[in-house]
Amino acid sequence: MSTTTLTKKEGAAPVEEPVLRKPSARKRLVPYWLLLPGIIWLLVFFALPLVYQASTSVQTGSLEQGFQVTWHFQTYWDAFTEYWPQFVRSLLYAGTATLLCLLLGYPLAYLIAFKAGRWRNLLLVLVIAPFFTSFLIRTLAWKTILADDSLVVDVLNALHVLDVTSWLGWTEGERVLATPMAVVCGLTYNFLPFMILPLYTSLERIDGRLHEAAQDLYASPATTFRKVTFPLSMPGVVSGTLLTFIPASGDYVNAELLGSTDTKMVGNVIQSQFLRVLDYPTAAALSFILMAIVLVMVTVYIRRAGTEDLV
Amino acid sequence: MRWLRKNLVVIAGLLTLAYMILPNIVVMVFSFNKPNGRFNYSWQRFSLDAWKDPCGVADMCESLSLSLQLAAWSTVGALVLGTMIAFALVRYRFRARGAINSLIFLPMAMPEVVMAASLLTLFLNMGIELGFWTVLIAHIMFCLSFVVTAVKARVMSMDPRLEEAARDLYAGPVQTFLRVTLPIAAPGIAAGALLAFALSFDDFIITNFNAGSTVTFPMFVWGSAQRGTPVQINVIGTAMFVLAVLMVVAGQIITNRRKKTATA
Repeated sequence: MSTTTLTKKEGAAPVEEPVLRKPSARKRLVPYWLLLPGIIWLLVFFALPLVYQASTSVQTGSLEQGFQVTWHFQTYWDAFTEYWPQFVRSLLYAGTATLLCLLLGYPLAYLIAFKAGRWRNLLLVLVIAPFFTSFLIRTLAWKTILADDSLVVDVLNALHVLDVTSWLGWTEGERVLATPMAVVCGLTYNFLPFMILPLYTSLERIDGRLHEAAQDLYASPATTFRKVTFPLSMPGVVSGTLLTFIPASGDYVNAELLGSTDTKMVGNVIQSQFLRVLDYPTAAALSFILMAIVLVMVTVYIRRAGTEDLV
Repeated sequence: MRWLRKNLVVIAGLLTLAYMILPNIVVMVFSFNKPNGRFNYSWQRFSLDAWKDPCGVADMCESLSLSLQLAAWSTVGALVLGTMIAFALVRYRFRARGAINSLIFLPMAMPEVVMAASLLTLFLNMGIELGFWTVLIAHIMFCLSFVVTAVKARVMSMDPRLEEAARDLYAGPVQTFLRVTLPIAAPGIAAGALLAFALSFDDFIITNFNAGSTVTFPMFVWGSAQRGTPVQINVIGTAMFVLAVLMVVAGQIITNRRKKTATA
């Protein structure tokens, strides 16, 4: 980030550097006064809680006698060895859902950006509109759609799709509800808009003349897409996958409403340890491990994708 | 066959759209259901009962009004704090810019359940009673980063020479801000406000951890998924959906009219 008064970034209007006068002492304090309230809020209610959580994770004790910091790092190991299946499941489900979101979302974003014409605004509204019905209500609707003798399940059965998926272990017998497939389906559904909107923004920015140029140079539509469109939409792909994967990895709503005890994700464990079992150290340790895994994955991913300007 | 290949993208896109809209249609249809048991998951017969008596379920409308209040206050809080940060980030030079940028980015790169759990440990350790205020604090916290990002994008594309021009024409700092800066930044601020309202209104995970015995609308729905889902939930869901779409359509018509009168 540049340190001039104007942060120069691609996309910002080309503006000439204003002449920098030496500001008075009072004026130099202005940015700090502007930042102070919000930054204090984030420090106290975002950063400080992480410190408290770290300290809670190394405490021992019980609810009746109170918890003391004993630097009991064993909790981390115990928590991980006991709940590693849930960690693996979280990452697997979130990863699958992210991939599905990309595969399903890309054509729609492409359609809105290049093919919709005067229907563009209507389609955009339809992508955002579901947000206005609480996501819990919409997730419950999947219980109806995927119910045992519903149309969708009957059709999947008739086409023998469920035979294949249950052989793969995604579904069980003739059921879809309460299986991994239902949870992944719910996750994909819930986070699709977060994939489509960034994809759309980056696709919409692409200059249409680039497509014409590619065609003039005898590129087939497939080659045009592979060599021009897709590389130019990479910023959208990166932020879309992040906006999908991060919340999906910590989600417990879909696993709870659409899954069974065999599809519990790490979010479910953290939730029940914190709010029902009241084993705070284990819950805090689990939460910390999840945070570490996600942060490491996100950092590596951003580095490899080469887009640092996400904020 | 050639037609199919040519329109493959359109078909795939529309199928995705159908996947996204389907649950809303189900919610709408089932708001006219008369379920046999406590759960509204399978179709029985048509009825208008729920629409005639939307608040007929104990505590539901109270939770709805609580959620609306929470969303309104969180929006105001996040908007004030976030706009100030956004202006400072774009317009001024100062130390620790990188650290502040990361502090704003991190809440968006953190699974919600982690923030929820850590905030709860803070409140528990400090002995703060959970309720409306703890939820409001949490909502302002996670809305803040999104507001900063939205407003920043707009302020960054603003031409500072407009403000200099206002100053040259003897407008005071306050006048310049109110009559030049704010109107130009308004679309960014509005986008941030909309985002904050939606995020707060629909938040479940952080609220569930930090609400104590306070029940917001999403928490009411969550509870009813265990105890039995009243049809009225679908009525509220449908009404909000229809209202939002109508507002967008109305807004579109108004802007179209304005454009027409401007060119006429």
